[in-house]
Amino acid sequence: MDPAIVIDVAHLGKTFGSVTAIEDVSFTVHAGEIFGLLGPNGAGKSTTLRILITVLPPSSGTATVLGHDVLTEADTVRSLIGYVPQERAVDRFLTGREHLELLGGLYHLSRTETNARIDELLKLVNLEEHADRVAKTYSGGMKRKLDIACGLLPHPKIVFLDEPTLGLDVQSRLRIWDYIRQLREQGITIVMTTNYLEEADQLCDRLAIIDGGTIRVIGSPLELKTGLGGDSLSLTIKDHETEKLPRLREGVMALPLVRDVRINPTGLDVLVESPEKSLSAVIEVAQRLDCSLDGIEYHRPRLDDVFVAHTGHGLRGGTPDAAEE
Amino acid sequence: MTFQHYRQEVLALTMRWVRRLSREKFSMLFTLVQPMLFWLIFFGSLFQRAANIQILDAPNYMSFLAGGVVVMTVLNNGLAGGVDLLFDKENGFLERMMSTPIHRSSVILSRYLFVMAITGMQILVILSIAFVFGVRLETGLPGIAVILAIGMLFGVGLTAISMGIAFSVKSHGDFFSLLGFLSLPMIFLSSALVPLSAMPGWMQVVAMVNPMTWVIDAVRPLIITGWDAAIPQVALAFVILAVFDAVCLYGGAKAFRRAIG
Ligand SMILES: Nc1ncnc2c1ncn2[C@@H]1O[C@H](COP(=O)(O)OP(=O)(O)O)[C@@H](O)[C@H]1O
Ligand SMILES: [Mg+2]
Repeated sequence: MDPAIVIDVAHLGKTFGSVTAIEDVSFTVHAGEIFGLLGPNGAGKSTTLRILITVLPPSSGTATVLGHDVLTEADTVRSLIGYVPQERAVDRFLTGREHLELLGGLYHLSRTETNARIDELLKLVNLEEHADRVAKTYSGGMKRKLDIACGLLPHPKIVFLDEPTLGLDVQSRLRIWDYIRQLREQGITIVMTTNYLEEADQLCDRLAIIDGGTIRVIGSPLELKTGLGGDSLSLTIKDHETEKLPRLREGVMALPLVRDVRINPTGLDVLVESPEKSLSAVIEVAQRLDCSLDGIEYHRPRLDDVFVAHTGHGLRGGTPDAAEE
Repeated sequence: MTFQHYRQEVLALTMRWVRRLSREKFSMLFTLVQPMLFWLIFFGSLFQRAANIQILDAPNYMSFLAGGVVVMTVLNNGLAGGVDLLFDKENGFLERMMSTPIHRSSVILSRYLFVMAITGMQILVILSIAFVFGVRLETGLPGIAVILAIGMLFGVGLTAISMGIAFSVKSHGDFFSLLGFLSLPMIFLSSALVPLSAMPGWMQVVAMVNPMTWVIDAVRPLIITGWDAAIPQVALAFVILAVFDAVCLYGGAKAFRRAIG
């Protein structure tokens, strides 16, 4: 096995009765990187993660973590990884410190080891002041921090985080991104899921876009974006003229430098070879077809464009709303 | 896995249940202790006159009822014992525990140990209250030890049933309906409240296949009759409970494996 590969997933499948959660999922994770699974709700992200952390047996395919099979060597895998579940899996009646003490026992750490580690982690996630309050008095962000501290308690080589910033306010999200980057600096490999494009773009070294239970594309955010080839123009058309969009699309599509055109609710997304040259041509077509434009915007390819190109639809939740709790 | 690791896990997990309880003292007092004392004191006094002492074969109704109430406590605690794991399953805490390198059984064992420790204490409270009301244990302190042993043994199977249900149902609503559906007939179709001889024929038949009946019929003579009458009943109860526990553990383990993988 290539020492740089810490997780090797091959043709993984999982069915729940008649529901196929994931199908033929294959990827590798390299040592020390932040690897992301990006996809909408129900894409199969959590299912994939649960198989890797050995709490769910796969229906088909194989997965190894640090060279150990998740089915036949589950116990070894468990002792090497940390897990931060998607739900706020906290016990309302225990204090933050008691959560960590419990996990210390479950990971077979000695009393002194556990206490030293707890102090360290409480400092990392800024929960020192709240460590001795029961978790039911915690805010959503605090519970998340506790979750993360729990996942880090056993000094894991790999940490699995399932939607670590789901439903958090902006400050908490940024702080959690910060922790995750700190972990990478310590040489810990991170596998995380997200349905936020921005998060995947900013945080992940490599990512796999997953949709409908299958992996659509894998690469670094930059690779994926340049892989689309070219930049994009977004046209916003005046409200009352949206019925002209299909015709405008055809007209724009016919231009030589245009590679692809998609209709979005307010206008068109146009993928072009060279924005300087195509811009005037696009405006000309709009004028010829008597479409009045509200605005036109040029940008380098974004991860949004990558997502649409590989799944055929947008990803809702690209801009997270405020905290759910 | 070493024994030392196993002990550490079970201890840490049991500690969790103890800590939770210490945060919920009030609810413990009222949901667990109070209803059983209610049965003993109020029903014991209420039916004192209505009950025919000849049929009961006991000095008074309360001393007859004490054995039933002890076993009912075991039943209720045992059957409710899995519910905390159901909440753990629902909110992801179970998954977190299962992602750690623990032996799968230590979660279950910790729960059993905790539930049975609480049940043992409650049995002692019930017998003390009964003592205050004049119920004298014919077999004395050794009798109490045997009663506790029978209770713990019955608790194994009951806790296994409870956890089996917890790991099989879709929601805790289902769990509680199923629990009510199970526990009431188990109480009424047993010798907890009246002796079998006072029941209509069909009820006697049903009560005879109810393990509750055999457990109560072993506990009761320890309280009201004495060793001579109790020993054969206790021996029989141990045999029946061994079979009962084996069946329940088998079913519970199957449900657990299906849910946890
Ligand atoms: N325990 C389960 N039983 C039945 N279906 C499930 C179960 N877990 C997940 N699924 C289904 O599998 C699909 C993928 O779910 P999941 O992996 O949770 O997606 P994601 O984490 O990307 O939102 C969904 O359609 C979901 O309904
Ligand atoms: Mg999920």
